[in-house]
Amino acid sequence: MTDLIALPTVLPAMTAAFLLLAVRHDLTRQRFVSVAATAALLVVAIALYLVASDGEPRPYFLGDWPAPFGIVLVLDRLSATMLVLAAALALCVVLYAVAGWDARGRHFHALFQFQLLGINGAFLTGDVFNLFVFFEVMLIASYGLMLHGGGARRLQAGFQYVTINLVASTLFLFAVGLIYAVTGTLNMADLAVKAPRANPADAALLRTGALLLFLVFAIKAALVPLHWWLPATYAAASAPVAALFAIMTKVGAYAMLRVYGTVLGADAGPLAGVAGPWIVPAALATVALGAIGMLASRTLLDLVCFAIIGSMGMLLIAIGVSGPAGVTAALYYIVHSTVAGAALFLLVDLIAERRGRLLDRLVPAPAIRQHNLLGGLFLLGAMAIVGLPPLSGFIGKLMILDASRANAGAPWIWSIVLGMTLLMIVGFARAGSTVFWKTEAGAPVEARHRERKLPLAVAGLLIGATAALAAFGGPVTLALQKTAEQTLDTAGYVRAVLGPAALLPKARP
Amino acid sequence: MELLVASAIGLMTAVGVYLMLRLTTFPVVIGLGFLSYAVNLYLLTMGRLTVDRPPIITSGIDAYSDPLPQALVLTAIVISFGMTALIVVIALRGFLETGSDRADLEASAAEDADADHRTAAPPPERAR
Repeated sequence: MTDLIALPTVLPAMTAAFLLLAVRHDLTRQRFVSVAATAALLVVAIALYLVASDGEPRPYFLGDWPAPFGIVLVLDRLSATMLVLAAALALCVVLYAVAGWDARGRHFHALFQFQLLGINGAFLTGDVFNLFVFFEVMLIASYGLMLHGGGARRLQAGFQYVTINLVASTLFLFAVGLIYAVTGTLNMADLAVKAPRANPADAALLRTGALLLFLVFAIKAALVPLHWWLPATYAAASAPVAALFAIMTKVGAYAMLRVYGTVLGADAGPLAGVAGPWIVPAALATVALGAIGMLASRTLLDLVCFAIIGSMGMLLIAIGVSGPAGVTAALYYIVHSTVAGAALFLLVDLIAERRGRLLDRLVPAPAIRQHNLLGGLFLLGAMAIVGLPPLSGFIGKLMILDASRANAGAPWIWSIVLGMTLLMIVGFARAGSTVFWKTEAGAPVEARHRERKLPLAVAGLLIGATAALAAFGGPVTLALQKTAEQTLDTAGYVRAVLGPAALLPKARP
Repeated sequence: MELLVASAIGLMTAVGVYLMLRLTTFPVVIGLGFLSYAVNLYLLTMGRLTVDRPPIITSGIDAYSDPLPQALVLTAIVISFGMTALIVVIALRGFLETGSDRADLEASAAEDADADHRTAAPPPERAR
């Protein structure tokens, strides 16, 4: 059964190679293979989730090399949850893309599968250097996907996106170097054992390494002031790609949870809580900037991009608050904001397509086709991401506010979050009333192609998922609570990967 | 040797960061190259600076250099090489499509996201 753990990385890799080598000229077969492989990936992810739900982290040793020396993948509740989320989102996105977006450039499906390989690998790896490698796989594919469809604006935004990520990769290597120089290991479990016992004279170096690493994850997670690449990139990318990228910011959040929750957790000696004091203030600034950016947006896409930044801020507040309650809230918010963000990107694409030359600009236009349906879905999506009841954003925000009650910065968190939520509502209300209510007389723009039902169904499904996430909030929260407890259980993780003997000698050498 | 290696890494990082902050794409690409050279050299030193010691177990020798950083550097070199090739292509395509090699998005702000209605003629190159 443990062999299944390697499958989420092997399956997309084989599929991508097959797409490139066997069916590179046949779009119909590419679509079929890609959708089938993504559906299979979802099945595998759910199977792995069931395997992991007994609460025991499972290592998988590639080539059967023992743990600190070889490459190790680790499956626990956290990685299984993220795998299911990524696979479910990927299936929705690929179904949306086969309705036409994948024909606007070459090799969409192959790049898409490579992207999944990188994302899944980052969730499964038990080694800091392999985290770097999988980040790179994910990014290389995302560069291709981001430029999918071509055009000058996309190329210029793409150049910035690639540059910021190359700088982040360089920082990652500097951080990895510092950590290895002090501890002599990059295996996460081994690091968890060795970091607390590091020579106190080297503690400053180790802290520098850990903070540099945090900087890298913060760039990925779009934490202010490292957020500015996100609006340009997401707004320039094609709609399905932007929806898939909704999970990419969460990879940064996952890496923070893994490294600063599991590996360098509460008992990591000089490194305990090394990133803690930075996260909450920066996350509050992120929420504020997202809300203000929403008020300043002139297109629906920019509005959604800044809403994503705001939701990343909320998520990072929960990570900064930490503790089992904070991590549970963070996990719930990860699932919620991925689904709601992706739904909004797809909806904005559907709306822009129906407005002809005006696209998604916030100016009055004649009523669009399926005006009420799209308007209603947009309203639901906005309610979900802003956090109005009865959708999942409300429960997520409630959990975060509740978890932060014991935090020293609670008054700040509460006032900024609630105030900025009001601004976000104003932002969405302004945009929605301009697009859907201030209609001019005139016939709706005619469809350029035959209308398909699938894209609309996918967007509706994602909105439905946020409602389901709220309706089944109780069981979901219980499962995520166990996930959070396991994530913070450093000893259990080390025992699973290195064997029970690794924790015995506590004394410093 | 420490001074030489440390100052080389520091100098290359400084040059890299300075070039990265330029407004046109070519210096940014060169700057990224300098940064990745700096980090590769730096990774080599993370297993401590040693001379004349083999990384692989050999009989009759009891002092080794750390082999892991060398493997990591190899990976890092491959990745940064591929990335540099990619970003050169993106920069070139961007220059060919817009007629400008500015790295910021201001040059295209007047243009629209709508690829269908893009102006046929490239915008005039701005004075730097």
